[in-house]
Order: sequence, then C-alpha cells, then structure tokens
Amino acid sequence: MTGDGTPNRRRHAEHVMGTVVSFDVPARAGEPRGKGSLGQAVRWLHWVDATFSPYRDESDVSRFGRGELPLADCAPELAEVLEACAVISARSGGYFTTTPGGTFDPSGYVKGWAIERAAAILTAAGSAEHSVNGGGDVQFVGSRIWRVGIADPLRPGRLAVVVAGRNFAVATSGVAERGPHIIDPYTGQPPAGLASITVVGATLAEADAFATAAFAMGSVARDWVESLDGYEAFAITAAGATWQTGGFGAYLG
Amino acid sequence: MRRVILAVTGTIAGLVALLSFKSHVPSVPVAATTGGSGGSSSSSSSSGGQTTTVPGEFPQGSLAGKLPAGETAVDGEAANTAYGPVQIQLIERNTKIVKVAVLVQPANTLHDIQIGAFAFPKLISETLSAQNGKIDAVSGASYTSAGYIQSLQSALDKSA
Repeated sequence: MTGDGTPNRRRHAEHVMGTVVSFDVPARAGEPRGKGSLGQAVRWLHWVDATFSPYRDESDVSRFGRGELPLADCAPELAEVLEACAVISARSGGYFTTTPGGTFDPSGYVKGWAIERAAAILTAAGSAEHSVNGGGDVQFVGSRIWRVGIADPLRPGRLAVVVAGRNFAVATSGVAERGPHIIDPYTGQPPAGLASITVVGATLAEADAFATAAFAMGSVARDWVESLDGYEAFAITAAGATWQTGGFGAYLG
Repeated sequence: MRRVILAVTGTIAGLVALLSFKSHVPSVPVAATTGGSGGSSSSSSSSGGQTTTVPGEFPQGSLAGKLPAGETAVDGEAANTAYGPVQIQLIERNTKIVKVAVLVQPANTLHDIQIGAFAFPKLISETLSAQNGKIDAVSGASYTSAGYIQSLQSALDKSA
C-alpha cells in the first residue's frame, strides 16, 4: 500500500497559501482544527497566508509594499523574512529577488520558510517523524529514510527520479502547473533552458529559495548550486535532458 | 507481460470494488478534474484512436501512438461498473509500469467526478508505488489549490 496506512499515522491536506499543504503526521498530532500540534501547524499556515500574502490587500506584506505600514509596525516575522531574503539575493547574484514582478512579493522565500516552520511546530510538540509538503516542496523530519518522487514536468503522471534521505528538504521549481510564474529578473522573461530543477538539503526555506533562484538562472544554475555547501540539485532541461550536481547521487533512492 | 496483465486485472478489480463501495458525492469542488477533458471522455475508447491528453497528471486517451522507443502500451479489459464502463491502459518499459492512462470512464455524471477525485488517483498511486517502491511524497513545480486534485501527491494522500 502507498502512504502510511498504519493506524497511528494520519494524512491531512489543507488548502492554504494558494496551494494544498499535505501533512503526514503521527495520529496523536490531533485534528487539523483541534488544539494539538496539527491544529497549531495549520493555524500557523493560515496566519502566514493572512500576513504575507501579496494577493490580500490588507496583509502586512501588501501594506508594507505600498508604503502604508512601516516595518516596525509589521509582524516581526517580516523583518526576519526580509533579512533572509537579502542574504539569498546576495548569494544568488540577484537572481532571487523580493520584487519578481516589480512589486514587493517575498513569496519565493515565505512558502518554504512557512512549511519548514510548520514542521518545526510538530517537532516541538513531540513528533519525531513527519513530513509537510507545501505544493510540491517538502520538509521531512525523522531518522527513517523518506522517499520522495520527483514529478517529471515533461511527462505528466511520471516520476523522473526518486530521492531518499533523512531529516531533509526537497524543493522543485519549474513551469508545470502554474505556468511560467518565475521570471528572470534581468530579462523580465520566463527563464529559458530548464523545465524544472529540484534542490535537496537540510532546510526547506533555503532549498526552496535556492530552487527558485536556480530556475531563474537557467543553464548556468549548475555551477552555482555546486558552489552551495550542503545543497545538491537535479534538473530536467526543456529539451528533456537531465543533469545533477556532484553530490546528488547520495540522495538517489 | 503476464505479470502486467495480472496487474491490470487486479487493479481493475480494485477499481470496481472502489466504485461499488463509494456511494456518496464528495463535497470538495473537483470540477477542474474533469473539466479539462470536456466531452471527449465520453467518446474515447481504445479502438477509436482517441489520443487527447488533458493537462494534469492523469492522461486520458490512448498513448499507444506516441510512445518513445522501448515503451509499450497494454490495455486493460474494460470493466463494467454500476456507473458505466471503465478501462485503463498501462505503459511499461523494461517490464516496469511507468504510466497509467485512462481510456474510458463514465462521462458527465457526479459519479464521474467521484472517479476522477478518488478512485483513479488511488489506482495510479498504487500502480506507481508498486513499481518504484514506497513513496512518502511527491515534489514538483508547485500546483495551485485547484491543480492539487490532479497531482500525484493527492493520489498519495487519498491512498493513505
């Protein structure tokens, strides 16, 4: 059987942040609307959505972006996010940006960060084994080996490769479901060259942001990801070829 | 090849069982699941040359005419369910099932939506997992809330 059909596990799919976040948690994490750790994690994600969504006029991010709300009056997490975004922007030579479409939108960092923190909420509440998948970007917690299929963007319904690891994160950026929603900030156009790129490493906040930046880089992403300590990548080009960074083989399932 | 045909028989039997026991209409909005195929699903069949592939994770219509070298299509037997005929097609490479396509499904009924939202994801998830070993999650370019229902991750979530 797929999934974990054992009675002490549960799966839950929460519609939030414009996508669906899938939880694989111990049953004792409780109900998604309950007082247990699953409920806490779900409420955290909805709070992030309300606070950080650029699509909600009254979110802190929207008001900050319009200059209506000074940073000091925003949720303190926004300053934390901005600091992290600045670091990743510098590390990626500007390919990661908080103004991808010209207006302030830190979503490229917020989603992975929010998912990683949801996983941390479950850990803090005593779960030693869980995964949180935010629309295809996954944080795995637990010393058992987790196996994750990487969807093939050119062949819907197929897996391109299976990645395995313990206590790790997997993020994929590409053109699939949402169309070309990542643009190259230097050209203003969707990047050419890659159909998708998957980044694996310890934390989802970084893996997700690195995947976003690498996808925007296109064909030059390989050398850049090679330079990142602790992160590896697997890419599928628009022509259907694949490449991987030197350490990626350790993650092959 | 015999093993594949046995698998087709087994999964069809499982699908029929699912259809037999699934009696309520889900409350989730899943129109997007079947909307992409328009009315074409009602006319598709393995012998009719239907090759439409709808966007999303679950291709509909035969893929036999457009497979890369080394892959072959095996059509399952059509199964008559209470809601109409159901037929799937397995694509194999090196004796491994690499993809599942839907040849025939009941069209334009609430039951059709049930099948798209529940039974096929489960079927496809089980098929892929049987070939790749147990998979805990699927990573891919982010899907929207509406697109989730056709994602492989949704198949995993439903099969748990």
